[in-house]
Amino acid sequence: MVGICKSFQAVRANHDVSLRVDSGEILGLLGENGAGKTTLMNILYGLISPDQGEIRINGESVALGSPREAIARGIGMVHQHFMLVQNHTVAENVVLGLREAPFLGATRWVGERLEEFGRLYGLKVDPRRRIWQLSAGEQQRVEIVRALLQGADLLILDEPTSVLTPQESQELFAILRRMAAEGHTIIFISHKLEEIMAVCERVLVLRKGALAGAARTDQIDKAELARLMVGREIIFRLERERLERGERVLEVRDLTVAGDRGQTAVKGVSFEVHRHEILGIAGVSGNGQRELVEALTGLRRAVSGTVAIRGREITNASARVISASGVSHVPEERIRFGVVPNLLVFENAVLKQHSRKIFSRVLFLNVPRIRSHAQGIVDGFNVSVPSLDTPVKNLSGGNIQKLILGREITGEPDLLVAAHPTYGLDVGATEYIRKELLERRRQGMAVLLVSEDLEEILELADRIAVIYEGELMGILPAAAAAGEAQPGASQADLEAIGLMMAGSRPGGVRP
Amino acid sequence: MTGAGPPGSRPSGSRPPGRGGTPGGGLVVRVERQEAATPGLQVTVLVLSLLAGMLAVGVLFAARGINPLYALWKIIGGSFFSLYGLTETLTKAIPLILIGAGLTLAFRARFWNIGAESQLLVGAIFATWVGLQWGTRLPPAAMIPLMFLAGFLGGALWGVIPAVLKVRFGVNEVISTLMLNYVAAELVTLLVVGPWKGATQQGFPYTDDLPASAVLPLIGATRIHYPTLIVALAAALLLFALVYSTRFGYELRVAGENPDAARYAGIDFLRTTLILMVLSGGLAGVAGAGEIAGNHHHLTYPAVISAGYGFTGIIVAWLAKLNPAASILSAFFFAGILVGGDAIQISLGLPAATVHVFNGVLLFFLIMGDYFVVNRLRLVRRGGA
Repeated sequence: MVGICKSFQAVRANHDVSLRVDSGEILGLLGENGAGKTTLMNILYGLISPDQGEIRINGESVALGSPREAIARGIGMVHQHFMLVQNHTVAENVVLGLREAPFLGATRWVGERLEEFGRLYGLKVDPRRRIWQLSAGEQQRVEIVRALLQGADLLILDEPTSVLTPQESQELFAILRRMAAEGHTIIFISHKLEEIMAVCERVLVLRKGALAGAARTDQIDKAELARLMVGREIIFRLERERLERGERVLEVRDLTVAGDRGQTAVKGVSFEVHRHEILGIAGVSGNGQRELVEALTGLRRAVSGTVAIRGREITNASARVISASGVSHVPEERIRFGVVPNLLVFENAVLKQHSRKIFSRVLFLNVPRIRSHAQGIVDGFNVSVPSLDTPVKNLSGGNIQKLILGREITGEPDLLVAAHPTYGLDVGATEYIRKELLERRRQGMAVLLVSEDLEEILELADRIAVIYEGELMGILPAAAAAGEAQPGASQADLEAIGLMMAGSRPGGVRP
Repeated sequence: MTGAGPPGSRPSGSRPPGRGGTPGGGLVVRVERQEAATPGLQVTVLVLSLLAGMLAVGVLFAARGINPLYALWKIIGGSFFSLYGLTETLTKAIPLILIGAGLTLAFRARFWNIGAESQLLVGAIFATWVGLQWGTRLPPAAMIPLMFLAGFLGGALWGVIPAVLKVRFGVNEVISTLMLNYVAAELVTLLVVGPWKGATQQGFPYTDDLPASAVLPLIGATRIHYPTLIVALAAALLLFALVYSTRFGYELRVAGENPDAARYAGIDFLRTTLILMVLSGGLAGVAGAGEIAGNHHHLTYPAVISAGYGFTGIIVAWLAKLNPAASILSAFFFAGILVGGDAIQISLGLPAATVHVFNGVLLFFLIMGDYFVVNRLRLVRRGGA
């Protein structure tokens, strides 16, 4: 792949990325979420077409318009979320879309192929079982087998270990090594340093859509990789004045929360957030942040543990009650949760607050007051909108986020829970929102900032908690307030946090 | 969103991507998301969809050897351009306004209520019972509101069943409302041939006729039972106000447009769904009460009580773009088609089902039309990025 560029509206997902992979090699593609790894691989798999750039296979330039064409050229992909029919058997899933499968007796034919793969690579699955009966690891093997039967020489694995247990991951690594030894080529996407070091021969690091570095894994160490991944330079552009922290607002004790698949997503975490303080929760996404935030805001029930706001327990209260007790929430996936795209700007400006007395009488909404409130947010937070009667779906991501932030902040909550507040925003909107968060901190709000963007956490947070697989690896005080920042010191911090994000507990540093 | 042409439409040659304009690439139609559909576009698409639907129906007429233009003229002329036709159209518009307006509410919340037909029937049962029970003792001023209330209660009760089934047990409301249609229809049949069969009806499967104080007054010599018409118009306008200016309407729209945001905003789904089905079912029940008290004066076979109003109401709501007030107009339009359908049955000797085919085809084109409001078609060169 040469000079690949791809933008989604204003967001540059890939910028001038070139990548080479040799046959029989396992290439690691490392980067934080949103770094553009999946976009790049979707381009290679023909799911999306690049704005610029060229793909060459065995020296021949190709245009891959669809996955079908990619498959025909020997490229296979196993997605993070499996594309299997749950109620069908393994054999039926594998046969789906295979031209070579015989019309009759397909199950036996697949059985023979599976046995062959079991011998060759250790890919053992029972073809007669139904998908829903299989563990995540076994389902993944079905996906791999299917890709291989479709004739894949180059196999792309997108975050293959995100759904696996450590043991299953080890088994997968063994399979991958045997496949490579047999001449298959593998591109392994991950944000976990250990895995890349363990299984890959070469690694490419993507950051913010561009290539940040490339190395052989035997010639680089984890710390160096972490630095490439999260970015070398931390520039303190914002004034973060030193403030004495105030009274305790949020207190979380031994909170345990289950994830969507019933697994324990958050494992007994405890922390507090005070007035005049921003607590940053750093971590690679998918390590329990979403479940934690949902439990704090009433969207998910906690299994055990307590959550208290200013001493009053609100564990497992409804979203409305928690909101009324002074907790605001800037949700991740802002389009999905934070707004109703087809409703108008002023209607979205009171989502969640619409039932408060000032906005509604017994039965009717107080539309004039809602409109003036919306106008206040639009003016106060520089939301650029054609009018208050524009459907929110026509606004840019940055303006939607400003609208949500404005809505959540103007109620003067005691605690603001902000999940990935600047994810996917352009530089201007990002700066604006960060400044607003600091301003609210100055005014006495307690802020819980969940972000994958380490730069953002370092820039804003007073204390930094690192979450990994649902556990807090430690809570570090931020290096220094603005003005006292020493490049060397913050560098060390970054590395320590990077390693904790990858699952290593800090040596000397304890909360 | 990027869309691609049909799979495999591009040659998998060795041309580098990103140079869409290279000579030799043919034109393909590409589908893109429309950023914002202007009201003008929406109206244009609506009119074009209706015209396309009529064209398709015209083909059906032509296939039977009937001049489509003549048939269309018969339909429209018979329902809108004669005094008798117009009064009949108004009569049939009454239940359609009630049902259509109620359904706009349900459909806005993505609750696919296909059971307005049965909600109408149960409303008719309740109203008949009240009419027969108290009609001889109470004056019309008390009886008429009481029968509407009974009809509302009956329809609401029948409408709440699928709502509870859906929110509590995850039962698909399309299936449950559809199946409840059969239950209600059989219930009505059972009543009129069994326990409620009227002693004065000489063995016909009717209940006894309602006493005079339970019968709705008509406008002159027409069949327009104006109390129901007034209730229907008021209900449509009230629902309009409900959707756009009340808290409940707001929650309803949020829940329908984006269930995740509704959860985030702490909106109670059970409560919202129950209220909307009380209203939607209840109004269909009022339509049933109106048909009994204004038209038939006794309970009889389900197919006689309702000319498929519960189903036509679905199209009424859709043509009204889920706007309760606009359903007044679209109900009038479809009532005209029902009346015109009767007219061509007689004058052209077409089967009774013709009008249903007509309605079905129109709905089909209306729904297809929405695609062009949401998406935009563009001609691009093959392989363009």
